[in-house]
Amino acid sequence: MKNVIDIQHLSKSFGNNEVLKDINFSVKKGEVVCIIGSSGSGKSTLLRCINLLEKPNGGKIFYNGKNILDAEHNIYEHRTKLGMVFQQFNLFNNHNVLNNCTVGQTKVLGRSNDEAEKTAMKYLEVVGMGQYINAKPSQLSGGQKQRVAIARALSMEPDVMLFDEPTSSLDPEMVGEVLRVMKELAGSGLTMLVVTHEMEFAKEVSDRVVFMDEGVIAEEGSPEQIFNNPKEERTKEFLKRILKEM
Amino acid sequence: MEIKWLVRIWTRYWPMFIRGAGVTLYISIISTIIGAAIGLAIGVIHTIPLPEKGARRVFLKVVNGVLSAYIEFFRGTPMIVQAMVIYFGSAVSFGIHIDRMFAALLIVSINTGAYMSEVVRGGIISIDRGQFEAAHAIGMNHVQTMINVVLPQVIRNILPATGNEFVINIKDTYVLNIISVTELFFQTKSIAGNNFRYAEAFFITSIIYFIMTFTVTRILRIFERKLDGPANYDMLGNQMQVQKPESMLGKDGGLVGRA
Repeated sequence: MKNVIDIQHLSKSFGNNEVLKDINFSVKKGEVVCIIGSSGSGKSTLLRCINLLEKPNGGKIFYNGKNILDAEHNIYEHRTKLGMVFQQFNLFNNHNVLNNCTVGQTKVLGRSNDEAEKTAMKYLEVVGMGQYINAKPSQLSGGQKQRVAIARALSMEPDVMLFDEPTSSLDPEMVGEVLRVMKELAGSGLTMLVVTHEMEFAKEVSDRVVFMDEGVIAEEGSPEQIFNNPKEERTKEFLKRILKEM
Repeated sequence: MEIKWLVRIWTRYWPMFIRGAGVTLYISIISTIIGAAIGLAIGVIHTIPLPEKGARRVFLKVVNGVLSAYIEFFRGTPMIVQAMVIYFGSAVSFGIHIDRMFAALLIVSINTGAYMSEVVRGGIISIDRGQFEAAHAIGMNHVQTMINVVLPQVIRNILPATGNEFVINIKDTYVLNIISVTELFFQTKSIAGNNFRYAEAFFITSIIYFIMTFTVTRILRIFERKLDGPANYDMLGNQMQVQKPESMLGKDGGLVGRA
């Protein structure tokens, strides 16, 4: 299998704070990778560098073999190929559910209204929000908002989906509905990169788990290896801490 | 003030009052709209992210500097003085004799624009960063983000402030009488002078001003409510009584993405 994303020696700092240090990391097509680690370890920053919401300070990010940090690389076109789901949903408050999913298709991809609506409906049904197309974001619960946000990202028909702690700001009872949708997606062969604190989810759906600590990838491997047989001391410590809390 | 004179002045001069009120309303409507457009445009330009280096950065910095100077200057000087400078200054220094009405619209518009650009800036700041990021994440550039996501919300949020500006414009167009624009105050001055009845004439005018501003605020309130839309939404019937979402996923394989 080919690498969709290939990151080499990536570094990123905010001022004097070095958030990512010499990251080397790749994702194959169709792979589901979960990134775990404590807060402030650089997980989200890594994810945000991949679609250039953050500009890295050094290193290379290859996307299908092309370095996206080259000056001539079109970042707007690049971003259409990556779907992003945020912790805070970030739905467009001026649009209803359907238009949230169509506006990018019509304005960025240049699809016709009919085609955009058909595509949007398809993915809204997938996330179980097909009945709510007329609702405004402010009228939805957190879990519903996040499912619409997933449908919005899917409607662009991206090659890779990036999830940035998609359940972290949800009430516990709504976490399940979002994870269920994500499990379905993982099962459908979509390439997914998920930053999460849901260890059960990571164990169950990922092909590979990456543990980050203080800006470096401390350990990566199959879920069995990371969760049942971690090699690194800090991985063990992190898992002990987080599993005790649960 | 005598009732007799109030009635006499109104019955005799009402067309002049109405014409004056018309001019006042015309100038304030057009200028508020143009001013709001200027404000929105400046708001968009001011929020363009600065590139780290290159000619584009220098260019943007210059543009931002010029726009800031414009805002500071027109906010910082009285409109009546600007009217004198622009109207008489253009005639004396450049020999251009601009039309009174054009000068009036120009002065009030650029004044409103200077105020509105700050209001718009506040409106743009109030939209949470997440929506900008989400728009960028689906591939929108700055202008697309502004037009499709940010500005519609900004416009809704700044409507009360725009209404405020509109009311201020209705009242402040009176300063244009200094360049002999025949708005309501100018007309009243002539009527009062002709009859030597200042209190009565201006009392009528005060009522006309109040009717105009009050009506405008009411209309804007209705407009705001319209923009907010209904508080409830209609649920659609479930169109997939047979198919389950899971089976749809597997069937078309569309989720694997564009090749």
